[in-house]
Formats: sequence, structure tokens, C-alpha cells
Amino acid sequence: MAVKNKKLNLKDKYQYLTRDMAWEPTYQKKEDIYPDESFEGIKILDWSQWEDPFRLTMDAYWKYQAEKEKKLYAIFDAFAQNNGHQNITDARYVNALKLFLTGVSPLEHAAFQGYSKVGRQFSGAGARVACQMQAIDELRHSQTQQHAMSHYNKHFNGLHDAAYMHDRVWFLSVPKSFFDDARSAGPFEFLTAISFSFEYVLTNLLFVPFMSGAAYNNDMATVTFGFSAQSDEARHMTLGLEVIKFILEQHEDNVPIVQKWIDKWFWRGFRLLSLVSMMMDYMLPKKVMSWAEAWEVYYEQNGGALFKDLERYGIRPPKYEDVANEAKHHLSHQLWTTFYQYSHATNFHTWIPTEEEMDWMSEKYPDTFDKYYRPRYEFLAKEHAEGRRYYNNTLPQLCQVCQVPTLFTEKGDATKLSHRQIEHEGERYHFCSEACCDIFKDEPEKYVQAWLPVHQIYQGNCGGADVETVVQKYYHINIGEDNFEYVGSPDHKRWQFIKGMAPQQKGDDEAAEKPNAA
Amino acid sequence: MSQQLVFIVFQDNDNARYLADAIMADNPHAEMQHQPAMIRIQADKRLVINRETMEEELGRDWDVQEMLIDVISIGGNVDEDDDHFILEWK
Amino acid sequence: MSIEIKTDSVEPIRQTYSHIARRFGDKPASRYQEASYDLEAKVNFHYRPQWDSRYELNDERRTAIRMEDWYVVSDPRQFYYGAYVGNRAKMQEAAETSYSFCDKRNLLGRLPEETQKQILRLMVPLRHVELGANMNNSKIAGDATATTVSQMHIYTAMDRLGIGQYLSRIALMMDGTTGKALDESKGYWMDEELWQPMRKLVEDSLVVDDWFELTLLQNVLLDGLMYPLVYHKMDAWFAEQGAEDISMLTEFMRDWQKESLRWINAMMKAVAGESDANRELLQQWIDHWEPRAYEALAPIAQASVGVEALDEARAELSNRLKKFGLQSKGVSA
Repeated sequence: MAVKNKKLNLKDKYQYLTRDMAWEPTYQKKEDIYPDESFEGIKILDWSQWEDPFRLTMDAYWKYQAEKEKKLYAIFDAFAQNNGHQNITDARYVNALKLFLTGVSPLEHAAFQGYSKVGRQFSGAGARVACQMQAIDELRHSQTQQHAMSHYNKHFNGLHDAAYMHDRVWFLSVPKSFFDDARSAGPFEFLTAISFSFEYVLTNLLFVPFMSGAAYNNDMATVTFGFSAQSDEARHMTLGLEVIKFILEQHEDNVPIVQKWIDKWFWRGFRLLSLVSMMMDYMLPKKVMSWAEAWEVYYEQNGGALFKDLERYGIRPPKYEDVANEAKHHLSHQLWTTFYQYSHATNFHTWIPTEEEMDWMSEKYPDTFDKYYRPRYEFLAKEHAEGRRYYNNTLPQLCQVCQVPTLFTEKGDATKLSHRQIEHEGERYHFCSEACCDIFKDEPEKYVQAWLPVHQIYQGNCGGADVETVVQKYYHINIGEDNFEYVGSPDHKRWQFIKGMAPQQKGDDEAAEKPNAA
Repeated sequence: MSQQLVFIVFQDNDNARYLADAIMADNPHAEMQHQPAMIRIQADKRLVINRETMEEELGRDWDVQEMLIDVISIGGNVDEDDDHFILEWK
Repeated sequence: MSIEIKTDSVEPIRQTYSHIARRFGDKPASRYQEASYDLEAKVNFHYRPQWDSRYELNDERRTAIRMEDWYVVSDPRQFYYGAYVGNRAKMQEAAETSYSFCDKRNLLGRLPEETQKQILRLMVPLRHVELGANMNNSKIAGDATATTVSQMHIYTAMDRLGIGQYLSRIALMMDGTTGKALDESKGYWMDEELWQPMRKLVEDSLVVDDWFELTLLQNVLLDGLMYPLVYHKMDAWFAEQGAEDISMLTEFMRDWQKESLRWINAMMKAVAGESDANRELLQQWIDHWEPRAYEALAPIAQASVGVEALDEARAELSNRLKKFGLQSKGVSA
């Protein structure tokens, strides 16, 4: 028979090439094939209403992704061959990469595992395929980050044992517990947490200013992997928005569940990103935009548009959004002054910002920096100059939920530490905020399980009782190389040496300062 | 703020320049911002990228999905088919 | 301006990451090594999964197979993501050429109606088997711990989706992209007696909990019989009927299977070679599933190439398994 081929539109073609391959099972019960789909209480009446967030068939996927990878690895090769690490603005910058590789890259791997899992859990084939594609993308990100950092690791300290540290080091339990929380939840909560709250609402704050910052600081390798990864992110964000709309449209009973998850995961994500705030404001020698500005553009403005769109489903903006919005004036400063004190137990260095940097902060944070934070730095700088570089030897109190030390202040009163505590089954639990306390109260049986690094040290589960043993033996942080003050560190000395070979570079005056670690 | 912005961000490279030109041609209400290594285009409510315009810009066939190589971030609901890629808040 | 770079300034302070150096020594590592070893979380998990609180996240007990170190299972192809997509992009480019050639010249539409029907009845329904394989491999990628193992399975999951899509396109080409042919083919899968043992087997595989049992069932046993039967023997059978053009459209599957055997065999060798306990367990699973895979394919063989062809595939599989100290029916059959 003579047939005429008419070109299917993208949508119809994609349906035939994905979900039409699925069928209604008759030999096994659906609940047995998809046992994890219902326990969260989400009601899905009709998976056929699922809108595919993007319509890439595998052949197109392989083609486009291979093209991206080819470009990316050409740059990695060139970067290594030309010792690109010598062209960055300043070696202090590399500390942002250390935080990234130990804090974020392991999450990419966890995302790969999480999306592989949900890529099997849903009974809707369209949703499964979208999740699987994200799973393999996340594997990509995890691997390209290892490759991008590989050259830096050969020339700087603190990057050498990222996944190992991620499992153990005290502040890395912030990102780790975040992802463990999502992965241990059901499939719908996982997608609300990662695809929607993190990827759609908050990820721009991590990647866009950071990658732009990398570009500004001449870090070609990071810009390249970052932007290349972000090109996948556009797909992931679309999935995030589609999944929320789909769940909300399916049944009105889903609305309060989703709202609760949005509240929780917005806050969890916000707390996680506090690490990014200090990275942006303090760790980039050349600064692109302040954390406060990034928050305004990428959360207040974009998030505002988004939540306005979701109003029609009965969804309101996340609870405690006002606290997060106000905190933008304080966050990075509170984090950095804390990490400054605990540099003996981190795989990256800290330092006092230069005069010019402090002036930049005064300009970006006119209401808070000079009033609350500049005096602290002036004091710490004086101590350091007089041979007393300050390290805090008391272990910090960690929040039971977000696991950040309880360092934040109350909304509207930057002199008052925010702290909450409750008793649950005879035990006392501490929190950094009302929001984290709420999260605990909603699922105490989950959060009592938290592996809190400080408790674990006290309980003798980290190889010893003194900080030095824990840091060296249990964390694999090489003492005197990975940790302590930046000025006078081996990284700093090596950088001065490199720049001594190229004296046309300016801006290394601080070199005169005497190292005074430990 | 009364505006409800949609946006698209892409890498500042050769492909992106054609894309930026095509978008600005079809979306006169859009605003383009150059930032380090990237271009951000935002507009109130709606942005459309048309295959036809891109093909004119490039002088060759262009598949809407090719765009995915250079895009870094988006904001807004996505409506994608053979002929266009639309970002919008309804 | 020229910059004099002294060797001291560029001399690396270490050659690779510590976790790679612990395995391979502090020397320059391959991209595969840095992308694949010890990247996943191993200890200090915070919360038990709500979907299965028997175990922790990344818990090795999700299979009954025990390995001292799962990283002894690695990929002979050394596929990390970039190498994987690069390879598949080349394969798809070749496939695309064949598909568009076939499409332009309407090579399938010119086949006798009876042959077209046979393709829709005997080959295209395998797209559903591929979707089952996609789901199973995605589950395994989510459950397996070592990245060397999990990554091979997510690649396979995506490959199976791709193969299902290629099979679907064969039908779309035949009906002028109306979807009619796919509906017809799906009807065979759902209702025709010939396909029911296979559909039951696939549905049964979807409730297998132990991920290594599942990779054995899916990637070793079922594929080990199905791919030689369909993409070699049935391919030749179609050619005999003047439908050699279909071969162009299944070249991807043949190349893919030939390549996949490398990692599957390497995995089986490592796991069976680890201990007698592993081998005994694998043997039990083989005893249970291999005959089921055979029975599921038998009606399809009968309706096309004949059962002898399936028996030959069975003997091939049996010879493969023998190399790992495992037995299956086939040689005696």
C-alpha cells in the first residue's frame, strides 16, 4: 500500500515514543509494581494528564549531549595544558571551589541516585522518563565536576578527598542531610524538594551568580562546566514546575500536602544556600553581585512571579519567606565570621576581607555591614596582627534539622541569636529557627535520627575526642595544608611564587603579612 | 511589583547572539542584559522564540531543541513545539 | 609578552584525588577513574528511607549478593558519561542515516502487506519489552551502590529507552506516522497468545526486589536469549522473505548488544568469582529464570525462525555462563 508520511508534531511523536510503550499490567498488580506511589497520600487520578516538560528522544539526547561534552572536554584539556589555574584573579578564589567540590558535587551524585530511584517509582511513564533523563544528567554533573576540579586538585590543597569528607566533616552534614532528607522521602516529596524547590526556585542562586563569578575571576574550567551543566538545568527546572502543577491539578487534597512540602523545602534550601551566600560575598576576589542582590533577583523577583502563578491552585508563598528576605542583609556575614573561627576544622581557608572588600560590603549592605560586621573584622584583624589569629575551640551547637551552627539572629534584631528548643520523648532538641523547629515537629521520628557531627564527636564515633585527631584522622583534612588561615598557608605561598614568576600581575600586597597559623 | 517577569539566560557565545537577535526582533517589550559570560533577556509575562525567525537569522534549518545547548536558565511556564518555544505566566 | 614559567611553579603537588590514590596510587588517573570511583556516600546517613526502612540509603544489603568491594565490578569500555554519550552519538548518527534513507524511499511501505504485518506482530512489540528493561535498569541504578556499577545500569536504562524508540519508529514509518501500526502492534502485545508468556515475564520482572537478581534476569538471561534470537536469527529470516531492509533499522541493536556483552560478562565474572555463596545464589536464580526466559521466547521463535534457532541461542548463553562456573540448560537441550 502506498503511504504518505506526514510529519508528526513534536508532542504527538514524543507520546508515541515514550509513554505509548507502557501498558496496563494484568499479570501483576499495579500496586505491586509501583509500591511507593501512594504512601505519601498524594492522589493521582489520571497520569495521562501529565505534560511532558521537554520532548527529547534518546537519539536527540545523545546528539546534543555529546556535542556539549565535546566542547567541555576540549576546554578542560586546554585548561590543564596551559596551567589555567595560574590565570585566576587570586588563589583565595580556589576556596570557593573547595566548598563547591566537597559540598555540592556529592549532591550531584546523590541526585543521580535519587532520580534513578524515582525514575522507577512512578506509574506514569512520562514522569519516569523525565526523571531518568535527569538522573543521567546528574551523573554527568557529578563527573564533569570531578574532571573540572582535577587540575586544581593537583595545584591546591583542600580538594583532594571530597566524597570522603562529605560523609564526615561537620559543616558538610548541612548539604548531606539536605539530600538524605529528600532521598529518604517518598517520590512526590523528592520531586517537590529537588525538582521544584531546589531546581526551580533556588538553584539559580547557586549556579548563575557563581558561574558568572567564576568567569569574572578567570576560572575557565568552572565557567565551562557550570554553564554546560546549566544547559541541562533548563530541562530540570521545567520538570520541577510541571510536576508541581500536575500534582496540584490532580486532586484538591494534594494542595495542603504540597504546601507543607514547599514550606519545608524552601526553608531547607534557604539554609543550605547560606553557604553559597558567603561564597559569593567573601570567596570571590572579584565580585559580580552581592548575595542580597542575587536574592532579590533570583528569589524575590522570580519567586514572586512563580508563586503568583501558583495562587490559582491555592498555593501561597513559602512560610517564613519574610525571615529569609530580611536575612539577606546578614546571612553571608554571619556565616563568614563563624567559619573564620572554625577554619582549623575546614578543608578551606578563611581570611579577613581587605579594606576594599569591606568598602564594597558597606556599599552593598549599607544598613548592616558597618553597624554590625565591620567592627568584628577590625577586631579580628587586630588580634591577628598581634599574633593571636582567633580560632574557636568550643564545638558549635548545631541545629537538629538544618545542621548549621545556631549562628543566625532573629528577624529585626541582629544582636539577638535565634534559638529554639523543644523536648521530645524526654530528649531536648535545639534549632536555629522557628522554621527548623516546625519541620522537626511535623516529623520528629525522622529528625531524631539525624547524624549530628558534634554529638558524634562527643560520643566518640569520630576517631577520637580531641579536635586535631578528628580533623586529621577522621576527616582526612591535612593539618597545616587544607585548614587554617589563608594568609601564610601553603596555597598562599605557592600562589605568591607563581605570581613572582609573572610580576606584571598586581594586587598581592598582603603578601607582606606574616603567616600565623595554629 | 506589578510585573511578572519571565526570563531566559544563555551563554554569551556565537550561537547566543543569533538567538538574542531573534528574540529581540520578536519581543519588542523584552529587555536584554549582558552579564559576565552570559546574556539575560527578560520580559513581562511572555517571551517567544520562533523557529522561523531563527532560521532567517541563521540562514539554515533550525530545530527548536538546538537551543538547549546554550540555555543556562529560564523562568516561566514552558510551551514548546516544532515552531516555537514560549515562556509565559498566564 | 612572554612569561617565563619555571618548572617549579607548575609542578603538581599531587597527581590525583586521595580517594583515587588510595586505590591506584598517586599517579595521573584516567578520566574514567576520577569519574567512577568512590563518589557515592558510604557512611553516616541521616535518615532511613520511608519507602524501605529495612535498610539505609546506599545500603549494600539491597541485594543478597555479597562483595568485599563492589568496585571490582568495573566497565571494560571505561564509559563515564562523556565517553558514553560520545559513543552513542556516533551510533545514532549511523542509525539516523539508515532511518531517513528507509523513510525517504519508503522501503518498508513497499514490503508485501504480509511481511509488514509480521514485522508489526513479531518485532515491534519488543518495544514494550524494552520499556520493561528501561524500568528495571533504572531501578538497579537507584539501588546499586558503587558508581562503576550504577552508572552502567543508567546508561543501559537510557539505551533501552532509545532502542524502544527505534522499534517504534519502524512502525511509524510503515503507517505514515499515524500511530495506527503502533496500536495494532500493541494489541498483539496485550492480547495475542503468542506474547503472553513474555508479557507475564516482563511484568514479573517488575516486582523483583533484589537488584542483582534483576540485572541477572534482565541483562544476562532474557537479553542473552532474546537479542541473538531476534536481531540475528529473526533478522536473517526476514531477509529470506525479501525484507532485508529491516536489517538497516536494527543495526543499532546488534552493535549495542555486542558492546553490552563486554560489561555484562565482566560483571558476571567478578560477581560469580567472588565466592561460592555468590555462585550458588546466581545458580538458583538462573535455575528459576532461565527456563522462564526460554518459554517466553518460544512462541515467538515458533511463529518465525523455529525453536531450533532459540535452542542455538540457549546453547550460546549456556556457554557464556559456563565461563563463570554457572550452568544453564541448553547444551543438553
